[in-house]
Amino acid sequence: MNSASASTGINHVVEVKEVCLDFPTKEGVVKALSNVDLNINAGEFVSFIGPSGCGKTTLMRVLADLEQPTSGSVLVNGMSPAEARKQRAYGYVFQAPALLPWRTVQDNVLLPLEIMGYESGQRQQLAQEYLQLVNLSGFEDKYPWQLSGGMQQRVSIARALVIEPQLLFMDEPFGALDEITRDHLNDQLLRLWQQTQKTVVFVTHSIPEAVFLSSRIVVMSPRPGRIIDIIDCNLPADRTLDIRESPEFLAIAQRVRAGLAAGHSYDD
Amino acid sequence: MTTKVSAPAKIQLGRTPSSTIPVLTVILAIIMIWYAGAVHLNSDQIIDRYEKKGIDWSLVQLANDSWNMKRAVLPSPHQILMELKATIIDKNVTSKRSLIYHAGITLSSTLVGFLLGASLGIGLAVGIVYIETLDKSLMPWIITSQTIPILALAPMVIVVFGAMGISGLLPKALISMYLCFFPVAVGMVKGLRSPQPMLVDLLDTYSASKWQVFWRLRLPSAVPFLFASLKVAIALSLVGAIVAELPTGGQAGLGARLLSGSYYGQTNLIWASLIAAAVMSASLVSILGLIERKVCYRLAGGQEVSNEL
Repeated sequence: MNSASASTGINHVVEVKEVCLDFPTKEGVVKALSNVDLNINAGEFVSFIGPSGCGKTTLMRVLADLEQPTSGSVLVNGMSPAEARKQRAYGYVFQAPALLPWRTVQDNVLLPLEIMGYESGQRQQLAQEYLQLVNLSGFEDKYPWQLSGGMQQRVSIARALVIEPQLLFMDEPFGALDEITRDHLNDQLLRLWQQTQKTVVFVTHSIPEAVFLSSRIVVMSPRPGRIIDIIDCNLPADRTLDIRESPEFLAIAQRVRAGLAAGHSYDD
Repeated sequence: MTTKVSAPAKIQLGRTPSSTIPVLTVILAIIMIWYAGAVHLNSDQIIDRYEKKGIDWSLVQLANDSWNMKRAVLPSPHQILMELKATIIDKNVTSKRSLIYHAGITLSSTLVGFLLGASLGIGLAVGIVYIETLDKSLMPWIITSQTIPILALAPMVIVVFGAMGISGLLPKALISMYLCFFPVAVGMVKGLRSPQPMLVDLLDTYSASKWQVFWRLRLPSAVPFLFASLKVAIALSLVGAIVAELPTGGQAGLGARLLSGSYYGQTNLIWASLIAAAVMSASLVSILGLIERKVCYRLAGGQEVSNEL
């Protein structure tokens, strides 16, 4: 499997082939993912968008080895997700900040470094660096409850980046925030992605967010969870939030919306 | 640690001076009911005595005699206070008649039993959470163990250990431990399983080892549950120690004092021992409560938490 993927192209950071995932429930088997095929290249910003239950989070959890597919094959950096996880190849940002309340901001960011056994001098330096990157210098000694929701989520982004992964998974990271904070963080995330050249996989159900951030948008649909459209989205690199009024932005947004409508059945 | 941002509005909610008045009212009511009860329960004997001696009696005299009767059915509060004064302040601590001496003996086995029981409970909980076989097999036994009445078990334990030449602290502490470990095990299992799935997933993405997850996530998350259980456990531990002192035939300890009080009809002694036990129990629980507040305050990152008993 490894050699095969190497020959097909080392550029693919993520390769998903015919992945199916069934959840057994009391009402019968739920097809969370059905025949999903997807390749993601290095440096791409790929968003999964779709209504609840379309399997977008599940697909990302499969990539992160937090969920096991029923069939099909998945490669992350040319290896199985389990190996990639053991090699600590990715950072993961959850829907909620998921900070430990008994740790200060700094100590929360240090957590992955402690677990991965970084030297203490290097830890401090990395934590400082990434807290600065998310504009949280000066908040090192605060506790999570003393920060706003947006700041907490920025801490969790710093925590995902601090291990310097080339791949970043973000599961609706701004879903719980108000729109103004969300806009601001979208803008910051775009700059961050352009600065660091990381590969980002991003789950959202906001069309403007997906179009603004992504280089490619994967439109998904529920029952069974599947990909119904993949949209290239090459807006200029120096875009600002104002681009959301432009015709090209609206055209892409329209195509995403059409895809979502086509895939969605309203009979239930 | 350095920045203590306090929330004054929340702190004021906790202790306000106005709570003293309701508390005092309740205490006053209890004392009045007690005095009334003393007259009600003791008057029959007093009236008998009056009639034998042919004394004319008034209600005031009856009440007065009921409240100062020797070996009363229900001694009045001031009699119990006198007994407490006589056995706590007036007696030397080393005297066999000193309540402090007996309370000390009970306290030592309570604390040893509590430490043993808490350790056993925590150990079992860790086993149950981390080892699937134990998870499936242990809980029914733990629950069954608590259906055996301690009153039936205690004499056997004391007798068996006595036959082996072991008496005093250890068998008593074992009985306390037996009562203690249960709430600790149950609370700790719940606590160790309390972290949000998202936090467990987070540590999974770091490929954290089981023990890293234990020390950095499960244990700190379990602490509030642990303290709730420990407060129940230490009160049970005291009950265990007192029950364990009964079959020894009244040698030493508050349980022994209760027993000899009932042998000789010395109700003052029984009530004084009961109050000593209650005060001890309340103090132990409050000390744990204080530690809980401190620890939980730090675990919440210096945020005021309201989980007062």
